[in-house]
Amino acid sequence: MRLLINKIFLGLSIFSALIGLAFLAWILTTLFIKGLGSFHFGLFLNDLIDGGLRNLIVGQFILAGIASLIGIPLGMAAGIYIQEYGRGRYADIIRDLSDIMMSAPSIVIGAFVYAVIVVPTGGTSGFAGAIALSIMMIPVVINTTDNMLSLVPRELREAGIALGASKYKVIIDIVIKAAKVGIMTGILLAFARIIGETAPLLFTSETSNYFSLDLTESFPSLTVSIYDLANEPEEASRDLAWAASFILTVLVLIINLSGRFITRNKK
Amino acid sequence: MPVLNIKKFSFTYPGVDHPSLKDINLPIKRHKITALIGPSGCGKSTLLRSMNRIHDLYPGNKYEGKIEFTDTDKNISDILDIKKENEFIELRQKIGMIFQKPTPFPMSIFDNVAYGLKISGVKNKTELADRVEIALKGSALWREVHDRLDKSAMGLSGGQQQRLCIARAVAVKPEVLLFDEPTSALDPISTGAIEELIVELKKDVSIAIVTHNMQQASRISDYTAFMYLGDLVEYNKTENIFLNPQEKKTEDYITGRFG
Repeated sequence: MRLLINKIFLGLSIFSALIGLAFLAWILTTLFIKGLGSFHFGLFLNDLIDGGLRNLIVGQFILAGIASLIGIPLGMAAGIYIQEYGRGRYADIIRDLSDIMMSAPSIVIGAFVYAVIVVPTGGTSGFAGAIALSIMMIPVVINTTDNMLSLVPRELREAGIALGASKYKVIIDIVIKAAKVGIMTGILLAFARIIGETAPLLFTSETSNYFSLDLTESFPSLTVSIYDLANEPEEASRDLAWAASFILTVLVLIINLSGRFITRNKK
Repeated sequence: MPVLNIKKFSFTYPGVDHPSLKDINLPIKRHKITALIGPSGCGKSTLLRSMNRIHDLYPGNKYEGKIEFTDTDKNISDILDIKKENEFIELRQKIGMIFQKPTPFPMSIFDNVAYGLKISGVKNKTELADRVEIALKGSALWREVHDRLDKSAMGLSGGQQQRLCIARAVAVKPEVLLFDEPTSALDPISTGAIEELIVELKKDVSIAIVTHNMQQASRISDYTAFMYLGDLVEYNKTENIFLNPQEKKTEDYITGRFG
């Protein structure tokens, strides 16, 4: 009897796992078939206005890059604060708020930035988009930093203090170094997450058909353009959207895999 | 004159009513090894951790009494009076500590030993290299690591890591070394090496060691203090404690009747 239940349970588990994997495989194969069909290297050489994706890919990376420049230091500083300095209720409140932020719908963050930046500054801009992405990123970085620092044994901090180092030196020289791999992986995953975001950019940076480095204007974005192109009536636009989705997926995959690769090599 | 003289010392952890240590009087004698023994929870680690004020990493502790520190120039100061950051740094460079689990820093072997030196302000490269070498030789580790000083310290064995931690503490030329069960995470061979090393270190520093292992206390220490439930029950020369204990509690403990 027990063996039978065991077998039934095992069967159900395998079945559920297969269903999950089947959908994943379905999404990926559709993406690869449709995407590869319209993929050619010319996409990397021309801007959207000439039927390419160059400006969009560069733009997306610039947006995510600036978001990281804002989000990583802020998030790490907050994570270090709540793990190393904050005591009692105050740190707990920040931790809880950050957890809530992490599950905030991205469209809400987009709407928030629209209200506090886009409206007062008179229009969509690359800056607004980058800030929206950084707001997405900060709680993830806080959470990672907090968790990874909490894994560093207490004795290691005490050993640093016992040698005469001051607390901040112990944190910078020893604790962060000990947690470095985990924090880096977390940051990479946070980056992979924001690089594929559409909703925070939809009405903050919008997108642009032209190559641009001017962050005060609407800024080219791969994800927003995928959304726009997919809504166009012409077949050619939709094909381009598939190709763009394919490229985006591959990029995110590469970032995720390199995150795993770092962890595996260091452990 | 003992290097550390603990007088009427009581210690209370934050958020607790009763003190964990009550009215302790204990000398730590110069160039001798003093062992603190007693069952778990007797307060021996708490006492040891008061001597370099490592407790202060967590706020809210209450110290009462005195811990007088007499340095080599015969200056006497009360460790419990220390309030300023730079005084703490000075204190901890004079009174080093080695922990139960080896605590190598995530950096190279060389940088581990040089860490305390850099904090104390040694910048000259050749001086750093010389003092790292002396410390590693003094910790019987030089022969094993001299050709891989730039490799990560995490790659060393447990016993080697513990000797590295001793080298790191010795490098800043402390006057006292506090050992908090330094061998309880190590195999017998590594334990033997560490014990030999501790005895060897006696000529340069004064030593206080907390140990669960009574054989260890009898093997290496000159003086032994037996503690029970926050009290210092008996303090004497090690041979007297083990061969001729004055208190019933001490005798019960060393004969294994409880613990």
